[in-house]
Amino acid sequence: MSKVSLFSLPKISMKTWKVWRRDARVFMKTYKVNFVPPALEPILYLLALGFGLGLFVSQIDGVSYPVFIAPALLAISMMNAAFFECTYSSFVRMYYQKTFDAIIATPLNLDEVIFGELLWGATKSTIYGSIVLVVITAFGLASYPASLLIIPFSFLVGMLFSSIAMCFTALSPRIDSLNYPISLFITPMFLVSGTFFPISALPTIIQQFTYIGLPLVHVVDITRALTYGSFDFDLLLNLLWIVVVTVIITIISINLMKRRLIV
Amino acid sequence: MDAIVAENLLKKYDDLVAVNNVSFRIHESECFGFLGPNGAGKTTTMKMIQCVSPKTSGTLEVLGLDVSSKAREIKRNLGVAPQEVNLDPDLSVFENLVAYARFFDISKKEAAERAEQSIEFFQLQSKKDTLIDQLSGGMKRRLLLARSMINRPKILILDEPTVGLDPQARHLIWEQLSKLKTQGITIILTTHYMEEASELCDRIVIMDNGMILDEGRPSELIEKHLGGNIIETRDSDAVQKCLKKFSNDTKFEVAGDNVLISTSRPQEIMSTLMTDCGIVSTSVRPATLEDVFLKLTGRMLKE
Repeated sequence: MSKVSLFSLPKISMKTWKVWRRDARVFMKTYKVNFVPPALEPILYLLALGFGLGLFVSQIDGVSYPVFIAPALLAISMMNAAFFECTYSSFVRMYYQKTFDAIIATPLNLDEVIFGELLWGATKSTIYGSIVLVVITAFGLASYPASLLIIPFSFLVGMLFSSIAMCFTALSPRIDSLNYPISLFITPMFLVSGTFFPISALPTIIQQFTYIGLPLVHVVDITRALTYGSFDFDLLLNLLWIVVVTVIITIISINLMKRRLIV
Repeated sequence: MDAIVAENLLKKYDDLVAVNNVSFRIHESECFGFLGPNGAGKTTTMKMIQCVSPKTSGTLEVLGLDVSSKAREIKRNLGVAPQEVNLDPDLSVFENLVAYARFFDISKKEAAERAEQSIEFFQLQSKKDTLIDQLSGGMKRRLLLARSMINRPKILILDEPTVGLDPQARHLIWEQLSKLKTQGITIILTTHYMEEASELCDRIVIMDNGMILDEGRPSELIEKHLGGNIIETRDSDAVQKCLKKFSNDTKFEVAGDNVLISTSRPQEIMSTLMTDCGIVSTSVRPATLEDVFLKLTGRMLKE
């Protein structure tokens, strides 16, 4: 039988929100056990790096070290929330709980199931992004009102990383295989994307590669502009990169899932 | 009208033919069983009917609608209880039903009412607020059935509904399914418990290697293939020689140490075996669907 094209347009109705509702319902039921770690981690980083290591760093780009890394921690939280949701959690629902099988036996189709999962991953990104925003605001590290835009932006960031994550989920033979994208993609990106040191410290060729190929750098740039409250034209290019890649990867992720599950 | 019509239905995976040009008709309000060993193509056929696995070729209509183009409309009227338990482990019994109803656009209030009714019908009242992990296998199966009824389906698809259950749990499910039959729901079930098929099904097909070997009412199939009775006796040269005396219509088969003779004239054959051939230890019993099944699909292990 012929394979589904990676670029065929998904058929999605408003029913996709029912999948989101299902995930949200389960989250609300279990949030007491899974809420704390993602909220705690950025605080630890902020204390250890911002206020610990920060003592030895005078200023970066004219701001103190905690001010410099606060938006990066925010960006990383948004990324991780979505990425972990649509890798490990989606894999468990797909493979172990057979939740997708259960839902496609109803009037919903697989496109709607996967897109609903992505919407939920993006929502998690917004939830954790907002929590970390509250934390860095409490430390006086975000300027307002610009920082309020981080909340809608975190949903877009969530869609970006959810869709990337869903591709890996579609291609992973086993849940353990998901360790590879974490250690070969997420961790290196987490270190070089202008997070803990300015990207200008990298060799030019690596800087260029980072801007072409790594999503996090664009997210960090925009988040940083929002917490600083200072904007320039390049941010539109960052935004354009994120939107275009999100749309393309979303379509690919749905088709990869169809290849895996519709047999 | 027929609830399901399949003509020359074919399903191929890469180089494996899972369902090989099968044709069948399932009438409205009947209970139709697909019997067959593992790998016979039963579940694949179910998945094509459910519109979750696309057919390779042939025609398949459910409630008069084409599975390839009308999946949503068809699925609205189907209830599916799958072979693998795919309940939501983080939700309770009641929440599982209500959450599932939402996928069918059933209002919250209506969903809660139907969930209550289903819980009662499948005798899960005491477990209403229990999480899935704490249910026994039989309760999970009953909850799957309750969930498959939540949209008041016209057709119920049950893939191995009592697999792995103890006799009590199995009989309880059979009782409830018999009640549903009287309400006019079309029930399609796959099973390899022959007793289950005899008990519930109006008509069955026996499948093997993706093909339908025969089709009919359980009693007709027994009559047709085995003549109604089975005589069992110890296998020996003497028995085999003795059986050769009978005309061709006396069919026998060697299974392990025994010879099974299928016949509609048990008295006559018994007395011949005992008086003419001196064989003393024989027994006669009514033929069952299991005998038909083994005859048609062979006694080799299917793995």
